[in-house]
Amino acid sequence: MNEIMQKEKQAETKTFEPRIVAFMCNWCSYSGADLAGVSRMKSSPNIRIIRAMCSGRVDPSFVLRAFELGADGVMIAGCHYGDCHYIEGNFKTMRRVELMKLMLQQFGIDKRRLRLEWISASEAEKYAQVSFEFTEQVRELGPLNLRFN
Amino acid sequence: MAKPKLALYWAASCGGCEIAVVDIEEHLLEVAEFFDIVFWPCVMDFKYADIEAMEDTSIDITLFNGGIRTSENEHLAKLLRAKSKVLVAFGSCAQEGCIPGLANAYDKKGIYEFVYGTSPSVEEQSKYTFPVTCTEMPEGEIDIPEFRETLQPLDKVVDVDYYVPGCPPQSNQILIVLQTVMAIISEGKELPPRGTILGAGEKTCCDECPRERKEKKIKEFFRPHEIIPREDECLLDQGILCMGPATRSGCGALCVQANVPCRGCYGAPVHVRDQGAKMISALASVLEAETPEETRQIISKISDPLGSFYRFSLAASTFCRVQLSGNGRNE
Repeated sequence: MNEIMQKEKQAETKTFEPRIVAFMCNWCSYSGADLAGVSRMKSSPNIRIIRAMCSGRVDPSFVLRAFELGADGVMIAGCHYGDCHYIEGNFKTMRRVELMKLMLQQFGIDKRRLRLEWISASEAEKYAQVSFEFTEQVRELGPLNLRFN
Repeated sequence: MAKPKLALYWAASCGGCEIAVVDIEEHLLEVAEFFDIVFWPCVMDFKYADIEAMEDTSIDITLFNGGIRTSENEHLAKLLRAKSKVLVAFGSCAQEGCIPGLANAYDKKGIYEFVYGTSPSVEEQSKYTFPVTCTEMPEGEIDIPEFRETLQPLDKVVDVDYYVPGCPPQSNQILIVLQTVMAIISEGKELPPRGTILGAGEKTCCDECPRERKEKKIKEFFRPHEIIPREDECLLDQGILCMGPATRSGCGALCVQANVPCRGCYGAPVHVRDQGAKMISALASVLEAETPEETRQIISKISDPLGSFYRFSLAASTFCRVQLSGNGRNE
């Protein structure tokens, strides 16, 4: 009996695997994620990484488009303040994300589905940790079944 | 030679677009001279049956304003699509939903509850009396069109050939469009590529705005009634939320010249898919904030970001509507 219940529970948790799109900046976060890979650290397989030249290149419409096409969560990752290759791209990203969260909320989409992280090229561990954290967060929020009409 | 046929129809709209057409003044006579107006319910008496009886593609051009709110709107959209060679989404409602599209922040139930229930203008004895599409009467069955959950722009329901943006399209632009159409027909010229936006510019509203722009640094937002804006300086610079940077040019920047911020009725500029997202992008670049807390402090003064950024384009935005139930709903 116990076995059956365990199997059922496993099946239950297996039913929803969040789809997460992560826009990562070329200079810091993408390299950080790359370092996590070459160092053979475990990171969440739910994250689909898209490399951008700067987190500031990530237009809000990219984020909305990701949600529209079926992402359950979107992460934007860039350099720490002061480290931006383009001097202040990440400040613009931060302000964008705050505005987007405000708007997503009004659209009836939980703002925790959008996450902003600063990950440097050496912070492979941080990437690995954040990838799991965010996956679990989105898993908890459940699938985002957008309704368009 | 028989005159080319012209039809005009209004679906879910306010009628402003019809007024804008009439506002071309004496040129209306040229239009009436050139075209045989076969359908224009706002102005003359026509029956739907007249259109139904016509052969397919027998109307040369249809200017369709208004979004698709009811089954009747959809029926007419499909009917006029079939009967027309060229179908133009005329005005902001048909192009992107416009103000009626803001109802997409609710669904049918929510709208009905307010309009027929809690709205202060509903009389006590008729509170919560909802319309039904079909009623049995002694004389027989009568029906009214079905109200849809979501308002849709015209091109979500049928194929659209061209768009004329604006709430309403400016009369000088309408005249240019009509004169261009008449020239194309009478000289047998080729039509512009499908999907072209007619009667508007290729740049943003800021390009037409006469106000002086400096390097923007916004520390605080004000609603228009809270301050008296300086007349020659960019409104956004002064902290008034102006949609100019994310709005197509073509209107001649009329609102800003009257000391009123642009509200975005000409829709998203060229190559922009989502007007609100573009506005967020523009605003984020000019806020004077170095931390998330400072940013939140500044943007907390934007009342109703969704209604401000998507005032005219909610129904045509990436999400089309506000999510009301199910997962991801923010309680």
